[in-house]
Amino acid sequence: MRIRVTPARLIALSLGFAFLYGPIALVILYSFNASRLVTVWGGWSLHWYGALFSNRQLMASAATSLEVALASAAIATVLGVLAALGLDRFGRFRTRGVFAAMLFAPLVLPEVIAGLALLLLFVALGLERGFVTLVIAHATLSLPFVAIIVRARLAAFDRSLEEAARDLGAGPATVFRAVTLPLIGPAVAAGFLLAMTLSLDDLIIASFNSGPGSTTLPMRIYSEVRLGVTPQINAMATLLIAFVGASLLLATLVGGRLPGWSAPSDEGRRS
Amino acid sequence: MTKAQPPANFEAGLGRWLVLALPYAWLVLFFLAPFALILKVSLSEPELSQPPYAPVFDSWDASVIVDKLRSLSLGAYARLIEDALYLRSYLESAAMAGAATFATLLIGYPLALAIARSPARWRLLLLTLAIAPLWTSSLVRVYAWILILKDEGVLNHALIALGLVTEPLHIFATNWAVLIGIVYAYLPFMALPLYAAIENQDRQLAEAAADLGAGAGGIFWRITLPLSLPGVYAGALMVFIPAVGEFVIPDLLGGSDTLMIGTTLWNDFFVNRDWPAAAAAAVALLALLLGPLLFYERMQMQAGANRR
Repeated sequence: MRIRVTPARLIALSLGFAFLYGPIALVILYSFNASRLVTVWGGWSLHWYGALFSNRQLMASAATSLEVALASAAIATVLGVLAALGLDRFGRFRTRGVFAAMLFAPLVLPEVIAGLALLLLFVALGLERGFVTLVIAHATLSLPFVAIIVRARLAAFDRSLEEAARDLGAGPATVFRAVTLPLIGPAVAAGFLLAMTLSLDDLIIASFNSGPGSTTLPMRIYSEVRLGVTPQINAMATLLIAFVGASLLLATLVGGRLPGWSAPSDEGRRS
Repeated sequence: MTKAQPPANFEAGLGRWLVLALPYAWLVLFFLAPFALILKVSLSEPELSQPPYAPVFDSWDASVIVDKLRSLSLGAYARLIEDALYLRSYLESAAMAGAATFATLLIGYPLALAIARSPARWRLLLLTLAIAPLWTSSLVRVYAWILILKDEGVLNHALIALGLVTEPLHIFATNWAVLIGIVYAYLPFMALPLYAAIENQDRQLAEAAADLGAGAGGIFWRITLPLSLPGVYAGALMVFIPAVGEFVIPDLLGGSDTLMIGTTLWNDFFVNRDWPAAAAAAVALLALLLGPLLFYERMQMQAGANRR
């Protein structure tokens, strides 16, 4: 049982990755297709990208998506860091179980439930659906992801650094600013990027909670996909993949590892 | 602030309280409270839709909804039970999510095993590659399968060109397409905990078994697989729970006979504008998922507890 590459493992890897990446590669390939017919190859062309950028509606909803993503990621990051500190540093407080349950449940809860629940709340509060409700909904959705990434980092670093700072007379606020924050910085940045990506990707919660003036990019794409497959959507999809790929690369460079997924793997390892 | 604290806790009483209060209050307001509301709206008996609800709804633009709330009471649930559509969509959602979870496990396990047993310097790269598709737009990944599975899609073009079939295969707009879509979308969620559970195993156990004469099959069934069961459970929950309530995949890839509770809820809300019915469907879906959710929470808590 030494570590070696056996044929069976090579086959499992090739098939697995072909399955994971084949469909994405096809979308990218067909976005450069000159033909109007989506699945007939008519030579290379950038035509559909041009068409994309002259689509005002699409560009407007892309801008909306970006604004919502930035605002909600900022809120989610602040709250997520605080929640992670609370979970990792405060040991057992009385309602820790309730707090942790509220923090973990949104990770797997079907989005239709979360979307509908939040909408009912906004209606009950008398909040007009629009930009603000979208930001609140997305911040709530991505808060747990930030908390998990940051908590993994908090649990991993050497706590004697904080203790040393305290022994030297630093107050709690100073310790956090001068020691803790720089150490968890990469995880915080990774959490922010993940929160942005989640917000940019969300269709369901946005559909429930957005108003007439705040159609997001996924909502626009969804309504076009329902009408049928077009080369223009291929181009849009390719740009999305490129954009997310770039921010993933950035997050990896900043955070040192793949954001988000280092944390759950740590969780799984310890269970 | 200078009071003696346990060494690990650097926050003193007040600061500590403030750090927790903000996310705690946010979650109670925007996560817990909405669930209470779903329950209320789904019941929406006349006396329940009296203040505080009726005035709020009135000030909002939908007096129609208030009428519905007043008239329905337990009607939403009665319909949920009487209407065969709901019952069927529950059963079919659970069956679809179960089948998809099993298929994801069958595909994900060999992949996770191969990654965990590859040379150490490749592992992180391979794992990253297995997870990275999650980072592309989920809508795009569903859309890609329309491109592939349509009657005049990439797959049928290829099959006909290769002479394997003469008539295009009708996969798009069937439950098969939904199954493929769910497996594809959730494979990384399965691969990740499986990888963690396999990679974490003490390899000496397998070596000892081999020394004692166990074959590769025996080692897998009696050591590798049993030891990876926590990963199997975690992966299964991370696929099953969200897949039951999936909306985008059945909506875009499924056909007219595809019934899943997520799409039923969506249509109740956006097409029929029947909020109490949608809320009742959400409550029933939550009830269906309560067991798996509690199990998932317990696993998360244990993971958190074990790290101290």
